[in-house]
Amino acid sequence: MQEVKSKVTSWLIPIGAVIAALALGAIMLLALGAEPLSGYATMFGAAFGNLKGLSATAMKSIPLLLVGVGICISFRANVINIGGEGQMVMGALWATITALSFPHLDSLMLVPLVLLMGILGGAVWGAIPGALKAYFNVSEILSTIMLNIVAVQIMNYLLRGVLIDPGEIERGTRIPQTARLPETSDLPLLFEGLRVHLGFVIALLAAFAVWVLLWRTALGFKLRSVGLSREAARYAGIPVKRSIITALALSGAMAGLAGAILVFGSESHRMVTDGSSTGFTGSAGFNGIVVALFAGLHPLWSIPSSLLFGGMLVGANALQRAAQVPSALVIALNGLIVVFVVSSEFFRRKLQQHHSARQAIEEDSRLTEENVGS
Amino acid sequence: MNPVRTLKKALIAAATVALCLSSGNLFAAGKVLKVAIIAPSASNDLAFTQSIVEGINAIKAERELDVAITDGTFVVEDAAAAIRDYAAKGYDLVIAHGSQYGGSLKEIAKDFPKTAFAWGTSADTFGMPNVSSYEAHSEEGGYVMGMMAAALSKSGSIGVVGPIEVGDAKLYVDGFVAGAKAQKADIKTNVNYIGSFSDVALAAEAARAHLAVGSDVLTGTAQMVVGAVGVAKTKKAAWFGTQANQTVLAPEIVVACQVYKWEVILKQILADMDQGVLGGKKYAISLANNGLVIEFNDKYELPADVKTIGMDAITAIKEGKITVLK
Amino acid sequence: MNDFFSTTILIATVASGIRLATPFLLASLGEALGQRSGVLNLGVDGVMLMGAFVAYFVVLKTGNPLIGAAAGILLGMVFGLVYAFITVNLHAEQGVSGIGIYLFGLGMSDLLFQKLVGTPLPIMPFPEIHIPLLADIPIIGPMLFTHSLIVYVAFLLVPAFTLLLNSTTYGMNIRAVGENPAAVDSLGVSVTKVRYSAIIIGNGLAGLAGAALAIELGIFQHNLTNSMGFIAIALVYFGAWRPFGVMAGSLIFGMVAAIVLQGKTLGIIPRSASDLAAMAPAVITIFALVLVANRFKQPAALSKPYERGR
Repeated sequence: MQEVKSKVTSWLIPIGAVIAALALGAIMLLALGAEPLSGYATMFGAAFGNLKGLSATAMKSIPLLLVGVGICISFRANVINIGGEGQMVMGALWATITALSFPHLDSLMLVPLVLLMGILGGAVWGAIPGALKAYFNVSEILSTIMLNIVAVQIMNYLLRGVLIDPGEIERGTRIPQTARLPETSDLPLLFEGLRVHLGFVIALLAAFAVWVLLWRTALGFKLRSVGLSREAARYAGIPVKRSIITALALSGAMAGLAGAILVFGSESHRMVTDGSSTGFTGSAGFNGIVVALFAGLHPLWSIPSSLLFGGMLVGANALQRAAQVPSALVIALNGLIVVFVVSSEFFRRKLQQHHSARQAIEEDSRLTEENVGS
Repeated sequence: MNPVRTLKKALIAAATVALCLSSGNLFAAGKVLKVAIIAPSASNDLAFTQSIVEGINAIKAERELDVAITDGTFVVEDAAAAIRDYAAKGYDLVIAHGSQYGGSLKEIAKDFPKTAFAWGTSADTFGMPNVSSYEAHSEEGGYVMGMMAAALSKSGSIGVVGPIEVGDAKLYVDGFVAGAKAQKADIKTNVNYIGSFSDVALAAEAARAHLAVGSDVLTGTAQMVVGAVGVAKTKKAAWFGTQANQTVLAPEIVVACQVYKWEVILKQILADMDQGVLGGKKYAISLANNGLVIEFNDKYELPADVKTIGMDAITAIKEGKITVLK
Repeated sequence: MNDFFSTTILIATVASGIRLATPFLLASLGEALGQRSGVLNLGVDGVMLMGAFVAYFVVLKTGNPLIGAAAGILLGMVFGLVYAFITVNLHAEQGVSGIGIYLFGLGMSDLLFQKLVGTPLPIMPFPEIHIPLLADIPIIGPMLFTHSLIVYVAFLLVPAFTLLLNSTTYGMNIRAVGENPAAVDSLGVSVTKVRYSAIIIGNGLAGLAGAALAIELGIFQHNLTNSMGFIAIALVYFGAWRPFGVMAGSLIFGMVAAIVLQGKTLGIIPRSASDLAAMAPAVITIFALVLVANRFKQPAALSKPYERGR
């Protein structure tokens, strides 16, 4: 009974933190001259209120979830990966090049092939900082940030150069985008009339696969051991260097898959750049970190976490359209929620300690009574 | 019964019927059109997005419109979602103001045959009956200002700060360079595309690099040039602007700006819609149709002969005596 | 004549590199100080953005860049106070709370700008200060001694921080707290106080870095920093947590960017290769770190909250 109660309160605290953040957001909405309750209702309704909204939320959550479960792998191995943006871009590029190269393959061949190439592209871009870390002791924080910049410029170079839609050259408009990718590479839609596509199922499967990998395989055990203590892992005979590379490669692979799905599930079915990575990724490479940490680095908890943050982004855009409230508000609000929830962890831990301490005392006194009784 | 009066009545009735018929179309008279705009940067960026917002506001002063604007949509997929959302909500005209949105629009427009879409800057309607395209012949104003810049430069060197070499940025820069060369064959025009639409700091440093090699007249296009204008101001280099009137940024150095008057083509698009035409047309603003206007800064003491060069060039382009980049 | 021309360009390029390096240097120094005390802050970019907006706004209203810079520092310190409370008292996960701060700063600065200002009106930048005598030295003078106040401040902070860290009790405490907080605690030094002060100073510098950027450019815009704060964090690792190392990293990054820019301006770098050239600072920074055998270890207690008795 006691345990159930403590479980409930330990859940109430992060929820309370979200509510506190939303209350601050409400004040901000008031200051902007918008009605907070109807504002939030608009957001919630747009994200979860109907099938179309749910579909949009699911779509937004795909890259967040994939990057997030990738982050679960690397952070569990105690390797920081801030290179999600670059890995998404590289995965998307590899997949796009593949689709453009094999336009005649049928859907059953081409879709798996391009997704696989996305995984590979991201894995290679993740393995590079892994190798730099393992063999040259270059901080992965530095290299992943720097490789983001490199990936964006490779994208710009390719989309303005060899990959550009020949029609753009012909017309002289030179928009840096590929031609429409072969229709056989389109990700099939799940339901008639809704935008959500196969990518969502793939992301869910990936989350499950990463859970299996981390807790049901020898490789996962090795990665987590390295994460807990590199020294101890080394003594136990686990190849630490190789594990670091593997962790970053797998993490990058998930981000690369996210990038590929973004391209083949997009409205335009082509890759296009505005010169920045954000224009393509929508900052999923960063937001995925938030999703994963919010889920306690657990791949399965990352699913609801990604839906929550995906829903917030959908709601933000809807709020901007409905009430002309700048979507910047929701970016700030996301930040507040993250800060509040992470901070609330402290109170949850305190509460748990308090409970276990009380349990220990009760146990103690019970034993004493028994002793006295006998 | 007075036959004259009967005739009068009949005439009035006929006229009324004729009037109704002439305006009889998809959009019944009196209905307020709903227009949505999706744009990449902020509505007040003194550049690309501001130009379309000012355009629609100018129309609103003349006829009643229900306008919704989603600005700052630099994530292409978010823009696609907004375009689809507005169309589904029954907006009559959805304007995708960014060439990077075209690929998405091409797919979405198929699903909403009764909605009119417009996108720019581009000259491609995808052969669809409900998509129109619009573009700016920004090379024309570029040419005019390039000529004035060359005449104004004492050092013989001019600096250009560009974003990425695409769309109307490329047209403007190419026109500017051509104009400068036409005015003074041996002029040096250094063009620096910084590779970003948003990096203000890099644009500022690019302007400094131009000044360092001796350029005394600068120009640039896209929303990140606000940084470059600031640098030009500290060094008292002359500045030519485009897309929107940037005089407010630096009244002491802005010579002239090519201002986009999108209302010229927006008016045409709406008029066509009144006739039941939803798209399939290509529109363009140019000096000739007053969609492009060179606005001089009165506070800048521009030598009369240089201004004459500019005015003559405008007239020549309007009359078709000069064709730019053809 | 040609010779003179290339000297001019050399001077301009070096000066430009120093200018470009300045915001990185300020933010990196601040981050290095915080990390030395054992606290990782991934929110630098958000603090920079807020500092940039507040400084911009204050200069817009007062016309005085110095007050603007002070406002930027103050804003940064307030963020530092909050961040210290979250990480030191509440033991929050530092990676994720930093990203929360980043997102907050990114959204909030944009929101405030849109609501309070709107059109990007220009503000008064810092005046250039020609240092007497030194500025008259040929070549070196115009390269190094004709900058704005903020550039001198940033580079003077490098030896100042080195002294602070290596030769003062306070500096020793910071380093010790970053390596072994329990030991420091047992000596009767408050880990909390040391970390609070390091975080507040560090964030104040991030605020100043943003202010420097906005005031030097005379403008504010959505996402003005363009992820500079993240690069600043990377440069802390490059500089191995040492002020002069951080300075070297900032200068390499700034110089390469300046050389690329100048190369494009002069047409040496063809336009088709401009994207490839733009990645040069990032690539060269990585290679430089690979080549400089990295013998330095990060502070042992970095990103680990301190709890007495654990």
